[in-house]
Amino acid sequence: MSNKQRVLVIGNGMVGHKFLEAMVNSPQYSAFEVTTFCEESRIAYDRVHLSEFFCGRSADDLSLVEPGYYEQHGIRVLLGDKAVSIDRSAKTVTSEKGEVLSYDKLVLATGSFPFVPPIPGHDRDNCFVYRTIDDLEDMQAAAKNSKVGAVIGGGLLGLEAAKALVDLGLETHVIEFAPRLMAVQIDDGGGAMLRQKIEDLGVKVHLGMNTQNIGDGDERFHKMSFADGSEIETDMLLFSAGIRPQDALARDCKLELGERGGIVVNDHCQTSDPDVYAIGECAMWSGRIYGLVAPGYKMAQVACDHINAEDNAFSGADMSTKLKLMGIDVASIGDAHANTPNAKEYTYVNGTEEIYKKIVVSADNTRLLGAVLVGDAADYGTLLQMALNDIPLPEFPDALILPQRDGNGATGMGVDMLPDGAQICSCNDVTKGQLCQAVSDGATVLGDLTLATNAGTSCGGCKTLVGQVLNNELEKMGLEVNTDICEHFPHTRQELYHLVRVGEIKTFSDLLAQHGSGYGCDICKPTAASILASCWNDYVLEPEHLGLQDTNDRYLGNMQKDGTYSIVPRIAGGEITPEKLIVLGEVGKKYNLYTKVTGGQRIDLFGARLEQLPQIWKELVDAGFETGHAYGKSLRTVKSCVGSTWCRYGQNDSVALALQIEHRYKGLRSPHKIKSAVSGCTRECAEAQSKDVGIIATESGWNMYVCGNGGMRPRHADLFATDLDTETLIKYTDRFLMFYVQTADRLQRTSTWMDNMDGGVDYLREVIISDSLGIGEKLEAEMAKVIDTYQCEWKTTIDDEEKVLMFRPFINSNKADSNVVFVEERGQIRPARKDEKELVSA
Amino acid sequence: MKDPTKNVQEDNVTTDQNWISICALEDLPCNAGVAALLHADTPRETQIALFRTSANDAVYAISNFDPFSEANVLSRGILCSIGEQLAVASPVLKEHFNLATGQCFEDESVSIATFPVKIADGNVLVAG
Ligand SMILES: Cc1cc2nc3c(=O)[nH]c(=O)nc-3n(C[C@H](O)[C@H](O)[C@H](O)COP(=O)(O)OP(=O)(O)OC[C@H]3O[C@@H](n4cnc5c(N)ncnc54)[C@H](O)[C@@H]3O)c2cc1C
Ligand code: HEM
Ligand code: SF4
Ligand code: FES
Repeated sequence: MSNKQRVLVIGNGMVGHKFLEAMVNSPQYSAFEVTTFCEESRIAYDRVHLSEFFCGRSADDLSLVEPGYYEQHGIRVLLGDKAVSIDRSAKTVTSEKGEVLSYDKLVLATGSFPFVPPIPGHDRDNCFVYRTIDDLEDMQAAAKNSKVGAVIGGGLLGLEAAKALVDLGLETHVIEFAPRLMAVQIDDGGGAMLRQKIEDLGVKVHLGMNTQNIGDGDERFHKMSFADGSEIETDMLLFSAGIRPQDALARDCKLELGERGGIVVNDHCQTSDPDVYAIGECAMWSGRIYGLVAPGYKMAQVACDHINAEDNAFSGADMSTKLKLMGIDVASIGDAHANTPNAKEYTYVNGTEEIYKKIVVSADNTRLLGAVLVGDAADYGTLLQMALNDIPLPEFPDALILPQRDGNGATGMGVDMLPDGAQICSCNDVTKGQLCQAVSDGATVLGDLTLATNAGTSCGGCKTLVGQVLNNELEKMGLEVNTDICEHFPHTRQELYHLVRVGEIKTFSDLLAQHGSGYGCDICKPTAASILASCWNDYVLEPEHLGLQDTNDRYLGNMQKDGTYSIVPRIAGGEITPEKLIVLGEVGKKYNLYTKVTGGQRIDLFGARLEQLPQIWKELVDAGFETGHAYGKSLRTVKSCVGSTWCRYGQNDSVALALQIEHRYKGLRSPHKIKSAVSGCTRECAEAQSKDVGIIATESGWNMYVCGNGGMRPRHADLFATDLDTETLIKYTDRFLMFYVQTADRLQRTSTWMDNMDGGVDYLREVIISDSLGIGEKLEAEMAKVIDTYQCEWKTTIDDEEKVLMFRPFINSNKADSNVVFVEERGQIRPARKDEKELVSA
Repeated sequence: MKDPTKNVQEDNVTTDQNWISICALEDLPCNAGVAALLHADTPRETQIALFRTSANDAVYAISNFDPFSEANVLSRGILCSIGEQLAVASPVLKEHFNLATGQCFEDESVSIATFPVKIADGNVLVAG
């Protein structure tokens, strides 16, 4: 037996995992041997984002553990095995499967379990709780045969569960015993506003209802009977009536518990047995149990430090929360119910926009104690910081929540006033000082800053504030964020786009004369060419556009390392007739081109010299091919699987849709290349979720995914809209692509474009689906114009003798470039290396 | 085959400068490059890149050989202004070369050959 210290963890939930991570990162990790019990069939996953399971996030996506992490660090996981008893005198734990493990230190991270009120009938079929992925899978299965769903409990979790029922397509009821929603976090006024907003969304809210019996329904599966004699029928029933600490093991081995449960711990998270720790939702510190993840994370670190004999203490945590419930912003800060003696309140109610805001201030009107925000939680970050950091209030505190209509700018305070120690991101414990440090270390855009510090990566509640800290720092550093695209234009790509469109500018020289200086460069010229093409869609080789194009665009081919070009004809959707396939073969043979199938389901012909391009294209165009735009920053391919026409799994004709989309957007010039794919069913053979626009057929339409990409930093696309008919899908795609073309930065793929957008995919949905900016029709009209003016650039080129002349190798000679030399490999050509060239010319 | 860059420098030393007529000025597109061949089919065969800029209505001639990619591609690069200087960006790896001096902007130790140009009777002549 090794002489390592044995650390045993019971429970592999969010906090249990955090503890394991903390151990791995501790300096003496090699001195420990760590084992964890994991009751669930999955290792730790993100419970906070559990509901996203219903919006397309898979169990794998939710996982908190990098694949191989535990193995790599020698952590043993008893997956699907539960600890059933603890023998504190022998220092052993026995598992359900009968393993007996001994420990030096034991950590309880058993979390909570959902409380199910003992109403008669609570154990009928089709009754659920909302805590684990397994629960959600059961719900999902039951929802298939259900029309109506009801949630018992109108608290934070209950409303989230209700949202899940809405997402599953059920008529949804929320039944709450108390006279208002979210009784713990918000007050009557806020609760009333929240109810109104939720009912606007079609959810039926029943308050003050005491459920007395659940029995067989007449129309639906269950009938709930209430104390007031009323009844509601439903197919599914979800209990969300609170959580209870999972303290059974501790109780059995006689650790000290709180009066109403919870394992009592001290400031080091030790229980009444100094070798046993408890962390997370099962622990009770100073009479309190914290039902949030951030305090649990803090406890995990404290326990780990204590085991490592390092100084750290748990000193309580703030329970303020901000969340989006069914798209509605709700936030609660500190003493939301004004329980502090003599506290005063200020309230702002806007009935039209359905906004409720309240602040609670100290008796002397100088300190903020708490707040409730419903409908608009933009002030959350600022208010929270004021409360936490004891920042003096302005003379008229109500100014903090009154709308600023006169454009006089912010009242309260800037982030500048916050001390460096102010915690900006509570989920990941990131302070203002840490953010500032990261900014001065070079993280000067929001994306980099979150990457560098983790701030904003969990609940996202702090993102606005993180952005404000960033801007404030940049301003202070005198580092006004320079977003100019290059020395010739003091503008971003987006600004240039607007200047071109609004000023109806048609040429680069006009743009330069009106808005720039110098002669331009290899950054602004291709950018301008792309913008001009997206706006006016002129033939790219008109003399005034000629000098702007990257060489790929200028010669309508992809330049390879030896100066030759590759040729990629369009094979829309990857569908090609045998006749056309033969043409490609013949052309490849005739011009001795290297031939390869691309990742985008097309065929690439390599090794064409400049002067060969027009001849080769003439043959291709005559055979019915058109340019594939592989050389441009534009729509590339729309990959497809074979779909319902042939495939026995197919739900819909993915090939036909891919063809329609590819032909619709072909030639659209954009800030970066755009890729798309269509799969005929959820098996996803076309890998649509790795594309800028991915489409997957469902039983009842198409699911649309956006902003994925492969490449260096792969990113799964986000589910954007579900079960669309083809017309709506095309409408959204028109708007999405045009919005991207108009507002993205140079060389920004859709994913970074969206990630840098305040509000991310939700905001994008508002713009594209709800048309919140009122630009939907305009975007569609502009797209229609691009589509109408499409031309195959190669056809235009070979029809024009003067243009063909531009492909001469030399202006004064037709001799081929003697520096282009090929050798043969695997039966095809490839560029000769330098040593091989020397051999040839010797 | 010899490295065309070296080839030209030797030429400059021997100073037997002939003015070679390349093409009519109007055949050169504005603000874009074209390639031309000097001494075709002789041991002194050299490729150059010609740029006509509308900015100062001048024509520049530099070697067409990009020393970084070792390919004859500079005529297919984009014309740039960097501060007050005119340059071309290599289409392969985007290094910039000064049109007047041949100096590379990214790497001080690299420069390429340049050639005198004159316009006579609407024709472009290059010394080489
Ligand atoms: C739908 C939902 C939304 C939420 N949203 C938020 C939010 O927005 N913000 C926020 O801060 N918090 C949120 N929470 C709460 C947050 O998820 C919890 O605070 C956090 O998960 C607590 O972590 P934990 O490790 O203590 O418990 P858990 O994550 O519950 O982990 C405990 C684990 O221990 C296992 N276990 C128990 N007993 C044993 C045993 N005897 N042997 C082996 N294993 C055992 C359990 O199966 C479980 O997997 C949400 C919770 C839910 C359910
Ligand atoms: C009837 C069953 C199936 C058949 C006959 C089939 C056949 C094929 C064939 C012939 C290819 C092309 C291989 C090549 O590139 O040369 C392919 C590719 C592929 N298939 Fe399937 N397949 C089937 C089911 C699936 C399923 C269920 C999935 C997904 C879960 C899948 C995912 C893929 C993927 C990802 C590719 C690669 C696509 C690419 O990169 O081009 N296939 N399949
Ligand atoms: S995605 Fe579905 S329909 Fe398309 S080939 Fe794969 S299994 Fe068939
Ligand atoms: S506060 Fe939750 S991510 Fe920052």
